[in-house]
Amino acid sequence: MTGFSPGRTRLLRGMTGFSPGLTGLLHGMTGFLLRRAAGALVTLLAISVIIYAVFYIAPGDVAQITCGPRCSPAQVAQVSEQLRLDDPVYVRYRDFLQGIFAGRDYSTGTGTEHCAAPCLGLSYQSDQQVTQLILAKLPVTGSLALGAMVMWLILGVGTGVLSAWRRGRVTERVLTAVTLAGTATPVFVIGLLLMIVACGQLNWLPFPQYVPFTDDPQQWAWNLLLPWLSLALIEAAKYARLTRASMLETLADDHVRTFRAYGVGERSIIGKHALRGAFAPVIALSANDFGSMFGGAVLSETLFGLPGMGRELVHAVKVVDLPVVVGMVLVTGFFVVLANAVADVLYAVADRRVVLS
Amino acid sequence: MSPIPDKAHSLVHVTDLVVDFGETRAVDRLSFTLDRGAALGLVGESGSGKSTVASALLGLHRGTGANVGGEVRVGGIDVQEASGAELRRLRGGKAAMVFQDPLSSLDPYYAVGDQIAEVYRVHTGASRRAARARAVEVLDRVGIADAVRRARSRPHEFSGGMRQRALIAMALACEPELLIADEPTTALDVTVQAQILDLLHVLRAETGMGLLLVTHDVGVAAESVDDVLVMRYGRSVERGPVREVLGAPREAYTRELLGAVPRVDSPREASAPVRGDVVLEAVGLRREFGRGKRAFPAVDGVSLTVRRGETLGIVGESGSGKTTLGRMLVGLLDPSAGEIRHGGDPSPGGVRAGVQMVFQDPVSSLNPRRAVGESIADPLRARGEHDDAVVRARVRALMERVGLDPAYYGRYPHEFSGGQRQRVGIARALAAEPRVIVCDEPVSALDVTTQAQVTALLAELQEEHGLALVFIAHDLAVVRQVSDRVAVMRQGRIVEQGSVDEVYGAPRQAYTKQLLAAVPALDPEAAARRRTARGELAAA
Repeated sequence: MTGFSPGRTRLLRGMTGFSPGLTGLLHGMTGFLLRRAAGALVTLLAISVIIYAVFYIAPGDVAQITCGPRCSPAQVAQVSEQLRLDDPVYVRYRDFLQGIFAGRDYSTGTGTEHCAAPCLGLSYQSDQQVTQLILAKLPVTGSLALGAMVMWLILGVGTGVLSAWRRGRVTERVLTAVTLAGTATPVFVIGLLLMIVACGQLNWLPFPQYVPFTDDPQQWAWNLLLPWLSLALIEAAKYARLTRASMLETLADDHVRTFRAYGVGERSIIGKHALRGAFAPVIALSANDFGSMFGGAVLSETLFGLPGMGRELVHAVKVVDLPVVVGMVLVTGFFVVLANAVADVLYAVADRRVVLS
Repeated sequence: MSPIPDKAHSLVHVTDLVVDFGETRAVDRLSFTLDRGAALGLVGESGSGKSTVASALLGLHRGTGANVGGEVRVGGIDVQEASGAELRRLRGGKAAMVFQDPLSSLDPYYAVGDQIAEVYRVHTGASRRAARARAVEVLDRVGIADAVRRARSRPHEFSGGMRQRALIAMALACEPELLIADEPTTALDVTVQAQILDLLHVLRAETGMGLLLVTHDVGVAAESVDDVLVMRYGRSVERGPVREVLGAPREAYTRELLGAVPRVDSPREASAPVRGDVVLEAVGLRREFGRGKRAFPAVDGVSLTVRRGETLGIVGESGSGKTTLGRMLVGLLDPSAGEIRHGGDPSPGGVRAGVQMVFQDPVSSLNPRRAVGESIADPLRARGEHDDAVVRARVRALMERVGLDPAYYGRYPHEFSGGQRQRVGIARALAAEPRVIVCDEPVSALDVTTQAQVTALLAELQEEHGLALVFIAHDLAVVRQVSDRVAVMRQGRIVEQGSVDEVYGAPRQAYTKQLLAAVPALDPEAAARRRTARGELAAA
């Protein structure tokens, strides 16, 4: 084909490639993010109202439990007075909201303690500020969730790609069996097994112990590797199946036929065109799973002896420590909402046909 | 591989090609050749095996479980025997394919330019930069304005015509010797179809590449190729120069096929104006979609009347608002403004038994999990007829009337052919004893011979019941064939309205003239004249 006139080459000047900038895209999202934030606020408020209501209706004398089984009625009455349990529930809820937005003061017998906004109240049990309590536990659970997510994405998506590529062959069947076995086994079995073998017998890994990232990043990762792996093994099958299904669906699409008909190799078709189709569902599912890790990590935290939010929450529920429960659940809810918003944005970045509204 | 002298100079050489999908024989001992630089049209109705042949030329059946026999040579390569690497070099390098649906044929996630560049790199090993430059060059060549910028667009940001141009650009990227176009214009509007066919015409003249055009539309073939090969049941019916095959067909099937094709220029008996009562009237209908700044009117001030016993055709390109209008007439959509009157009375809105609808896609407009008899019975039951014996008897009578065996009452939609399913749709519409039936693209999913049967059925039913029909279609020739009066829609408005003879014989509006000039002609000479006329209209 020599029909191109020389004048056309001037079109080519200043070419830099075809990927459009992200700035413009993100700029168009401001409205979406604002609406999303407002929606999140309403959701979180609704959650707090429901938890207040549930604990108000739930049986059991909170003052008695808080004070301990050996307290005299007078002492119980004092505790009840101090915790302001005698106030009507709407007054307590109003004070709680005020604490979040403006901060509030607490009398501590000797004087007053100021709890700055966002104040989630004081623990009934320890008088510690709930905010402080959560801040202490959050990095543990956060580390656990984040690392596990990275691992399950690598394991799950990798397995999914392999089994889509080798569909119908031995590789796929073996991979399917392994990942299914992973899903079918509870975390305390997998985790315990791994711990016995990798930590006890072979001494490859230390028995998990939380080392803050800021203290020693290497030890942080080294210690958490086992919990991450156990959690990832359990989640991986779900992601493998999702990835495989989306990829097989894309592989049957017309545009894949186009690239086959243009001599593009199978590796490029799988790795570039088909994998791209699996992004959206994987992102959406990850966001959900990541968010629910915050409230649901109690099993793994207990098993591996990690002082995270899940264990704290279960304990707080047991002793009816309302401020701690509300605070923990709100923070968990916040992460679920946040993860989903991030997923939506990623979704729109990955697929330009998506219009956020 | 030593080229056999006799086969070397032909670009495509197919001998005794057989393709089996399991028990089904899709192509049955088909042989044909295509010389370098020549253009051949494979014409046939759905199921004739024409697309299967196109795929076989690129070895696309390999690995799909289809059984391919016979010999296929393209550009000297034996497609059956070629190694994987040889086959990949052939695909896109020597022979490139353009598909029917340009939206789904491009990867939605990547920029159009990147997709073309990828194909170019696979075949030439060019640098990314050079490949992108080539992508812009070919996009510009196929008439994409501002190609540097548009190369960065994703396929969904292109219109249908631009997407098809982009696919053609991809095909051109590696300067193939053969272009295989599989129904390249079927998903496009008639004016866009004309542009794409003109583009193929020009490119062929400039590059000297061969063209294999697969199409169900005889007119499209007449516009674009030198030779046609008519296919049926996987076999060749007739092959010869376009003029001979279309002008003086030797085979009965070819004659039948040509006879069924509706034309915009065939002689037509002048229809007397229908003077029946007005059964349906629309006054100043308007319908907006979206809110606030995004609101746009799909239908913008349409007034029309439909009389007893008459057919009002509504033509327009996609997005002209004709379907929205049809849905408002039936009461499936409420107008944002304006009024619909039934027999002179203002309608309170909602679906009324007096106005029924026949939909475009007979597959998706029937519930796949309900027996067709039950689907036809729905409107009867909706009107309060609960005596099962009465309902069944009525449904059987209706089925018989539309040409379906009443014994098929309990069968499911997937057991029927497209034409039969549309008959079910018509029976369902008739069940409510309407005065008006709005048909939205009732035959556009059907083959021409089936199309002719369904339109004939509609005409009979109209005669029998004094029905008024509103016939919505993008196909100008079909509308001309069935209608008494025609309304031409564009951007939500009726731009021209009148009797068929007025609108088709002496169009007043430039847009109507443009539409008519874009309709493919069956006669190659007329096609050439229209191509010139299109050029003049575009220049004006």
